[in-house]
Amino acid sequence: MLSVTPDILTDLPWGQLLVNGLALGSLYALTAFGIVLIFKTTRVITFAQGETAMFSTFVAFTLLTAFQLPFAVAFVLTMLFAGVFGALIERVVIRRISTTTVLNPVIVTVGLSLILLGAAGWIWGYEIRTFPDPVVGPPFHLGTVVVSQLNALIFLVTLVLMTVLFAFFRFSPTGIAMRAVAENRMAAQLMGVSIGRMNALGWGMGTAMGAVTGMLIAPINYLDPSMMGDVALKAFAAAVVGGLTSLPGAVVGGLLLGIVDSVVGFEVPELRNTIAFALIVLVLVVRPGGLLGRHETKKV
Amino acid sequence: MGRPLLTVNELEAYYGRVCALHSVSLEVAEGSVAALLGANGAGKTTTLRVISGLLRPTRGSVEFDGKRIDGSNPDRLVRAGIVQVPEGRQIFADLTVRENLMLGGYARRDGGSARQESQRVFDYFPRLGERLQQRAGTLSGGEQQMLAIGRALMARPRLLLLDEPSLGLAPLLVKEIFRVIGDIRAAGTTVLLVEQNAHMALRIADHAYLLETGRVILGDRSAALRQREEVQRAYLGH
Repeated sequence: MLSVTPDILTDLPWGQLLVNGLALGSLYALTAFGIVLIFKTTRVITFAQGETAMFSTFVAFTLLTAFQLPFAVAFVLTMLFAGVFGALIERVVIRRISTTTVLNPVIVTVGLSLILLGAAGWIWGYEIRTFPDPVVGPPFHLGTVVVSQLNALIFLVTLVLMTVLFAFFRFSPTGIAMRAVAENRMAAQLMGVSIGRMNALGWGMGTAMGAVTGMLIAPINYLDPSMMGDVALKAFAAAVVGGLTSLPGAVVGGLLLGIVDSVVGFEVPELRNTIAFALIVLVLVVRPGGLLGRHETKKV
Repeated sequence: MGRPLLTVNELEAYYGRVCALHSVSLEVAEGSVAALLGANGAGKTTTLRVISGLLRPTRGSVEFDGKRIDGSNPDRLVRAGIVQVPEGRQIFADLTVRENLMLGGYARRDGGSARQESQRVFDYFPRLGERLQQRAGTLSGGEQQMLAIGRALMARPRLLLLDEPSLGLAPLLVKEIFRVIGDIRAAGTTVLLVEQNAHMALRIADHAYLLETGRVILGDRSAALRQREEVQRAYLGH
């Protein structure tokens, strides 16, 4: 029996839960950002985002353990790998499938995720491994709130990535061209923008974002082929809650879900997913277009 | 007629299984304005879409500056100098006016003179210069048409394809748009214009073609076309 009394609410370590929630939410946000980016540029909702991230995280693991590379180097190399990997998926598979029915891309990306699950298990095995800690050292104290070095790194990476991406989409010709493709493919083509190149770039960037989540959550959740299942589901939910076509919406959705996860998980861990998804259903019932999305209306 | 910049030869094109063009042939001389006239569904927009690479023809050829270009992707053709202002403007409503203009120059590799190009656009349409930071979706219909043309000029086209630039605009704005089309030609850009407003089109064009159900049924100097009885009856309301 769940009874939330004011007593319990005031007793919660709110500050700490908020910090933990924001860290987890940042990771959801990064993956959700990737999903939205891929959707906006290619009009394909990818269900393979979690598994491309997992696969990339195994690549990072190999770079860290077999090649003994420093974390920062492995991190950047893995992002590059994921970028090329995502672009290849677009070029070799996504570009060739018909999008005349919504179901085709769904089946294909679900299929891709299963292939990657099997491939990762076959290459690296199914046992649960520990992922090397990217940072070691004593946590930071802010009053009564403890911020682990890993969480601080998560905040830093998220902040840097979001700033760089914001600048990219706001100021660079390529970023503006990507936004143009998302809004009106035909007109973008008439400006000389190559749709194929932008699609590949969208997939590459989106996949790289997922890989970042994978590398930063693996030290918390351990490493195995199914590591991204729960995270990808939450990221997906975050993308939908944010509006699916809104990049800021994906970030807001991710952070919100992270905080809900953290608070509910502290109080009633077994209801974590239940309450998170009840909230998602509620948001979509009240605002069908998501928090920051625009409700798509047919133009006359 | 001067040297042809664009030569279209017996084009045939389909939308799915519907034949939109049966046989379209036309020529646009370098430095001139040519007009495509005809009723709704005659194939005017389809002809432009084939020229700009949005639609592949099933038969026939398109030559630009003496080279075959049919079957090329639109982004290659923009780089070659063919820029289309699509019907209904198709500006990027969520982007600012400045960003829309930037995209117009996207395909230009010699980024150096983008400033010069935008100065020219602001000379033609001073109102755009005052609204650079505004979301393009908030512009009025006339301003959106100006932006669509300005955006295309940023690519410094050799051939500008204009699809119904006067559609839905008030008479004063239509005059302004046509004045600018005249200026664009005077500055050396060749123009192929699709228009419902036959009066205005025949006044500005050197040469005009009349389309009917996917075929060119008449093609002549505008002055000569204006005298033809069938043109007067069907398009000029005499």
